[in-house]
Amino acid sequence: MAERVAKTGNDAAAYALRQINPDVVAAYPITPQTELMHKFAEYVADGDVDTEFVQVESEHSAMSAVVGASLSGARCCTATSSAGLALMWEILFVAAGNRCPIVMPVVNRALSAPINIHCDHSDSMGARDSGWIQLYAENSQEAYDNVLQAIRIGEHPDVMLPVMAALDGFILSHTIEALEINDDETAQDFLGDFKRDYSLLDVDNPYTFGPLALQNYYFEYKKQQIDAMEAARDVIVDVGKEYGELTGRTYGMLEPYRCDDAEVILVGLGSTTGTAKEAADQVREEDGIAAGVLKVRCFRPFPAREIAEALGDAAVVGTLDRAVSFGLGGPLFHEVRSSLSGRDNCAPMVDFIYGLGGRDMPLNSVKDVFRQLADVQKKGKTEADDIRYVGLRE
Amino acid sequence: MSKLMKKDEMMMGTATEAGSTSQLNTGSWRTYAPLTDYDKCVNCMMCWAYCPDSSIVVEDSKKVGVDYQHCKGCGICAVECPVNCIEMKLESDVTDEERDNEKPQPRD
Repeated sequence: MAERVAKTGNDAAAYALRQINPDVVAAYPITPQTELMHKFAEYVADGDVDTEFVQVESEHSAMSAVVGASLSGARCCTATSSAGLALMWEILFVAAGNRCPIVMPVVNRALSAPINIHCDHSDSMGARDSGWIQLYAENSQEAYDNVLQAIRIGEHPDVMLPVMAALDGFILSHTIEALEINDDETAQDFLGDFKRDYSLLDVDNPYTFGPLALQNYYFEYKKQQIDAMEAARDVIVDVGKEYGELTGRTYGMLEPYRCDDAEVILVGLGSTTGTAKEAADQVREEDGIAAGVLKVRCFRPFPAREIAEALGDAAVVGTLDRAVSFGLGGPLFHEVRSSLSGRDNCAPMVDFIYGLGGRDMPLNSVKDVFRQLADVQKKGKTEADDIRYVGLRE
Repeated sequence: MSKLMKKDEMMMGTATEAGSTSQLNTGSWRTYAPLTDYDKCVNCMMCWAYCPDSSIVVEDSKKVGVDYQHCKGCGICAVECPVNCIEMKLESDVTDEERDNEKPQPRD
């Protein structure tokens, strides 16, 4: 029986890890680590899981340890945040290249300098080319659901890639919300067992992992990864559907909200899309703006075709970026715009960079964003690179 | 050279058959070569234990040679040898005779 409980995003993700009962978890135990691992360590200490829990001296080591364990055939998880993810950098690529389906909740927080611990997508956005699948959660329910589904997605034989399940720092990670959790049996039946076709500990059939592959073979290995990322598209949808049959909560690459008749659509990811849905309702009511929200749940693989279809004939498209690529703009903006290029009706687009370092993005600010988009709709056009900064003093 | 495999003929990810380094000459960038004085050697196996490339060849508990195909010339064996029977010599100065002397062979 499913149960309705109150948990922070961290506790929700940790509870999913408890139900996954990974063979190995390696994690750096202090800042920038969050209470997510603290909570999981309690499950280990209380004997609620059978996990071999390895406390390591850095995130670089944490990721290295789970890569080795994953190659030996173990189901592995870790978690990190902010500078911790940055320190893992080198090994993120090793995990993906070695095809280790490690599942890692990432609590999205800002990178230094200046020092800041609050919500910002710069950490995981920076890792978008590391070969990891990336799922973003709107709320704690999704954080929990995404972590469970990440296991099935990553371990699918056609995929075999690591998965980041991102949740917004503080806004989700430290805020208590009501969510529905599965009973252990339902969760574990859904998860199944992990079987690696060939592993480091198979002494009868020894293999080499991560060998030298120079000009003659490196390229082919990378294309294998490209193919796996492409295969993940169907797997993410199938797993989301199967999860929906089990729980009533179906997931896909995207979640359109009131997009069918929308003229002004705001594309975003993470917790702000929840605020945006409410803002869309209110500006429809108060301002007569035909507003819709397109939530990107899966950022890698990037659902370009699905986004182009969902945006349909929208007159104006806005993107919400809680990260910046210096010298370019918001990553979401540029990828959404690329998805639309070559289409007959390429709507004018505006990028709204917001919330860096946890700057608040209240309902009124999102409503204002919709009104700015409605102005662009009236004019019928905007500059080619219209980048606006929400709530910035300048 | 053998025919290169196509993408889908390769194993997934980075896995490949074990022991493939035996086919490669990874000792080619060695600058200094270890030369052993087998008369002084006491077969304590310290060089064998410390060698990071498993290049000390041992048979019947005796050091019988050095695998120059894989030895990188790091010199750890020479430092660790308790009877100082290993000399590190610049590759270009190593004679054919000295090189032959490190080929695995019975030692009395």
